[in-house]
Amino acid sequence: MTTADAIAAAFRAHWAQIVAAMVRRVGDLALAEDATQDAFTAAAARWPREGIPPNPAAWLMLAAGRKAIDRLRRERGRRERDVAYARDAPVSVAAAELEDDTVTDDRLRLIFLCGHPALASEARIALTLRCVAGLSTPEIARAFLVPEATMAQRLVRAKRRIAATRIPFELPTAPNLPERLEGVLTVLYLIFNEGYAATSGDDPLRADLCDEAIRLARLLHELVPDHAEATGLLALMLLHHARAAARTAFGRPVALDEQDRSRWDRDAIREGEELLAAAYAARRPGPYQLQAAIAALHARAPGPQATDWPAIASLYALLAGMMPSPVVELNRAVAVAMAEGPRAGLALLRALIEEGSLDAYAPLHAAHADLLRRDGDAQGAAAAYARAIALTENTAQRAELRRRQRDLKA
Amino acid sequence: MSYALLIYSNPDDSTSERAPYADWGAYTQSMKDAGVFLAGEPLQAKDTATTLRVRGGKRTVIDGPFAETKELLIGFYILDAADLDAALDWAARMPDAGLNSLEIRPVMAF
Repeated sequence: MTTADAIAAAFRAHWAQIVAAMVRRVGDLALAEDATQDAFTAAAARWPREGIPPNPAAWLMLAAGRKAIDRLRRERGRRERDVAYARDAPVSVAAAELEDDTVTDDRLRLIFLCGHPALASEARIALTLRCVAGLSTPEIARAFLVPEATMAQRLVRAKRRIAATRIPFELPTAPNLPERLEGVLTVLYLIFNEGYAATSGDDPLRADLCDEAIRLARLLHELVPDHAEATGLLALMLLHHARAAARTAFGRPVALDEQDRSRWDRDAIREGEELLAAAYAARRPGPYQLQAAIAALHARAPGPQATDWPAIASLYALLAGMMPSPVVELNRAVAVAMAEGPRAGLALLRALIEEGSLDAYAPLHAAHADLLRRDGDAQGAAAAYARAIALTENTAQRAELRRRQRDLKA
Repeated sequence: MSYALLIYSNPDDSTSERAPYADWGAYTQSMKDAGVFLAGEPLQAKDTATTLRVRGGKRTVIDGPFAETKELLIGFYILDAADLDAALDWAARMPDAGLNSLEIRPVMAF
């Protein structure tokens, strides 16, 4: 292993752990994050010269501790008592902080801190990517298509809010735990969706968000292995991401029914299915498990026609009961159309179109167009495609819709 | 850290059953017993409010509350809590928490 590889590996393995341990020691997320960054910068400078230390995590922890003291001295150097913790934190503390239970709990505390409901959703996402996943501010800015200064300010404000309102570095109390975990799962789900929606774009960094979300979901699953929905979310991500290679061809998005299924990642599908089976065993169903179950049915099918559409339609019905949403209703209509024919799907879609909340949602009109085409209404389909095209911003997706609209005439 | 719990209520909502006064007394006592109570008072109805603006040395007195919104400030507590989660837990246990909106703000420390 080269030194650069060793640093990259240490970064992946230990970033969150060291930020978490530093928050515990200095009580301030901003300082903890800066000191951890300093420690990795020091490693990049010194490991090539001095060799990779036998225990990289301990080395980094110790370095981060020293860097935190340096920063405190620089900021308020005249006041010796501010750095008192430095005297109380001998080398042995760093070793103690590497013990399994503390590490596990501290990383979980960090995840709960970054995903606290008192922070705005976009702040939670940014903080989680920065402090838990270790992405740099420019990386996060690019992934979310905002200027770097905007993202930097968002992070600074979030950290300031944590300090000013004193959001604790603590595990939620038992009565609040389910709700807080759900909030954390939502953050990870939103990160994944942001990356998933972008996989058809031309920016690989955005697609990397899927990998980061999976890494975070793996970490959470490792920390709360018995939580069925945390397991279900990881399964869902793996099963969706397994199709990544087949979702685009020559820069254009490929719909599920046209994908080359031999390009699906069979290892990821197997792992997703195993996780889903483990989640089922807890007998605590939830929206992530249901969505994963739907993804698993797609993954298992050798082709679009051989898909168990009636089962998918009934899973969507269950999902709609648990988490009513017009988007779920749209997916249910498409599944019903596959199971029972376009007429049955169109009946459900018409109710959704009349209800109006998805009026500006391109996928609704694209699905409507597809069903009208299958039902033999080329004129209606052309109008619905036109509506979908007008509402689609992604150029590749727009081109694909235009192609389908042209094919109507053929 | 000291937090203010500001209690906002919709006075037009007369359909909902409000908690009896005894519940407020018990709640305040539980704060005192836990050693977190610093202050707390209910306010009189909004038609007793007077708003004052001093601009360029000139006083303008207006009858009524500062902002005519649906929800009005009806009372407050100041409590000493370890962190935001502890303050949120106290707020959630307040009588009529299911009817009112509660704003939690740290008190400025000097």
